[in-house]
Amino acid sequence: MKKVISKLLVGVLAVSMMVSGCSTAKKLANVDSNAPVAKEEMKVGFIYVGPIGDGGWTYAHNEARLYVEEQLGVQTFYKESVPEGPEVEKVLKDMIDQGANVIFATSFGYMDYVEKVAKQYPHIKFLHCSGYKTADNMSNYFGRMYQARYLSGIVAGMKTQSDTIGYVAAFEIPEVIRGINAFTLGVRSVNPDAKVVVRWTHTWYDPAKEKEAAKALLDEGADVIAQHQDTAGPQQAAEERGVWSVGYNTDMQATAPQAYMTAPIWNWGPYYAQQVQAVMEGTWKSESYWGSMNEEIVRLAPLTAIAPEGSKEKVAEMEGKIKDNSFTVFQGPIKDQNGEVKVEEGQQMTDGEMLSFDWFVEGVVGKIEK
Amino acid sequence: MALISFFAAAVVAGTPLLFATLGEILTEKSGNLNLGVEGMMLMGAVVGFQVGIMTQNPYLALIGAMGAGGLGAIIYGFLTITLRANQVVTGLSLTIFGAGFANYMGQKLIGQVVPESMKIFFRPVSLPVLGDIPYIGAIFFRQDPFVYLGYITAIVLGIYLYHTQYGLHVRVVGENPGAADASGVSVSMYKYIHCVVGGALCGLGGAYLSLVYVPAWQENVTAGRGWIAVALVIFAAWNPYKALIGACFFGGLDIVGFRLQAFDLKISQYIINMLPYIVTICVLIIASVRKSKEYGGPKGLGIPYFREER
Repeated sequence: MKKVISKLLVGVLAVSMMVSGCSTAKKLANVDSNAPVAKEEMKVGFIYVGPIGDGGWTYAHNEARLYVEEQLGVQTFYKESVPEGPEVEKVLKDMIDQGANVIFATSFGYMDYVEKVAKQYPHIKFLHCSGYKTADNMSNYFGRMYQARYLSGIVAGMKTQSDTIGYVAAFEIPEVIRGINAFTLGVRSVNPDAKVVVRWTHTWYDPAKEKEAAKALLDEGADVIAQHQDTAGPQQAAEERGVWSVGYNTDMQATAPQAYMTAPIWNWGPYYAQQVQAVMEGTWKSESYWGSMNEEIVRLAPLTAIAPEGSKEKVAEMEGKIKDNSFTVFQGPIKDQNGEVKVEEGQQMTDGEMLSFDWFVEGVVGKIEK
Repeated sequence: MALISFFAAAVVAGTPLLFATLGEILTEKSGNLNLGVEGMMLMGAVVGFQVGIMTQNPYLALIGAMGAGGLGAIIYGFLTITLRANQVVTGLSLTIFGAGFANYMGQKLIGQVVPESMKIFFRPVSLPVLGDIPYIGAIFFRQDPFVYLGYITAIVLGIYLYHTQYGLHVRVVGENPGAADASGVSVSMYKYIHCVVGGALCGLGGAYLSLVYVPAWQENVTAGRGWIAVALVIFAAWNPYKALIGACFFGGLDIVGFRLQAFDLKISQYIINMLPYIVTICVLIIASVRKSKEYGGPKGLGIPYFREER
């Protein structure tokens, strides 16, 4: 019996060596990195930080993956709930072993691992979401979510009666701070007396905790809840108290039909499809992409019937100005929380300044812990 | 007023912890260290939600949740009691299994909301007389029915464990299964029953999250609360009454950060987030320094029982 098993094992080993030998040969043959790739050979990998079932951030990325499959008919696969740690490297290599030629890594904390693996596999294309590093075969991409946030602020500012808007936020990082500031500028463009109260949860994903943070804000007199979180917990809190809410990531009307007014949402699909297409045609180039509302990568979800009267027109007006570049959201005069002018009249913040935001604009009630 | 609404919120935040803690106390009292609380909670959460959506009947939803939690515990029981597998490893696997089970079952439930009729059933109700007590009434007795069920379960468990013969048997099984066996108590049966009932309670804790607390399906709705429950068992010294207090306390610690942010405190948020764990460590230290019997777990905890090795 033992002999049979050992022979079997040797056999398995030999076969597996042959198989792995084949795959190395294939890798070497594919070194010319910009050669066009046939549709059948195209395999696109996606790494998600949360579960697809979050109904938010990861859900939006996965919708885009399905869009790529549908539009281009290429094969895709994914791994969800990958923590932002050394495991990323393993997952990336796994995907490459399974034949991925393009990989989308959809969380900020993946950046350094992606960069490292990108160096080892020059023939594979990597696209990293929300970071700032690039390499010959690694792009970074993101959307100007603050534009849509500004518009959602208009809706919230017109709706509030207590002039207090609650904002449930995850972490004190520039992306979140930029969103809060844009939202507040939107609120105060239509309601100069309103304030936006920020509550930090220090988690991207905990429905119960996020709801609890929203409840604390409601107890302090807020009557509109906005969020930079990946679940609909805060929407639920507003729904229960009979007040109003602005969602995030995806259309959240189903989870809070009596409260939800609109949401700044992601629409990654077209960008993903275009990038994959470019790889197939052999025209792909590494870049730093920060798409705007013009490219439709970010949008404001359609306003519901609960949205205040007149908000639709106002949003449409400002959306037009953002799209034709006559308004850029972060243009002077902008004061900080202490009333000091940070951006002079007639000036605009640069992309660099926006990407390293570490202060709140006037009207925000909250503290950034450094 | 702000303080009262905070305490009332703490009770709500503590309720899922309470059910899970009571379940784990019962399990551990019979000598089973089941670390799969998180898994059983998730199984209860998803099945309770699924049944609730299908039948629109809150009772069936609760029964479904208990069944699912119990099912997880049966798997655990079969492996550790009948096959005498390592309890720690089995419990950890159960956590992973439960999460996978819930994600699989929940695929089609994403974004769905608890039906209105059930939301009404789980609405807060003020109890007559008790609800009118100043302060206490507003904090403890104007809650949803699920919370009251938690109070009752804790009291019933306390009476069961400390004032009935069966309770005495359970404790003996947990402390010294050999002695229990010698006096004619069926060790395996006791272990099985308490394991499964404990699992059912954990399932209820999960269902509270998916049906009442966040009445919509979202993956991983427990977000680590099962592990806090395991710590709470130690904090409560395996005592159901103390678990009641401990759950409210830990529930309060969980949400206190949001309320404190309204004040300009000089304490870092991250320190406040660490509080529940720091408190547990302190309890462990105090217990081991005092070598107090009260703060030690059941002696037979974690050890599979072999009759032949007595």
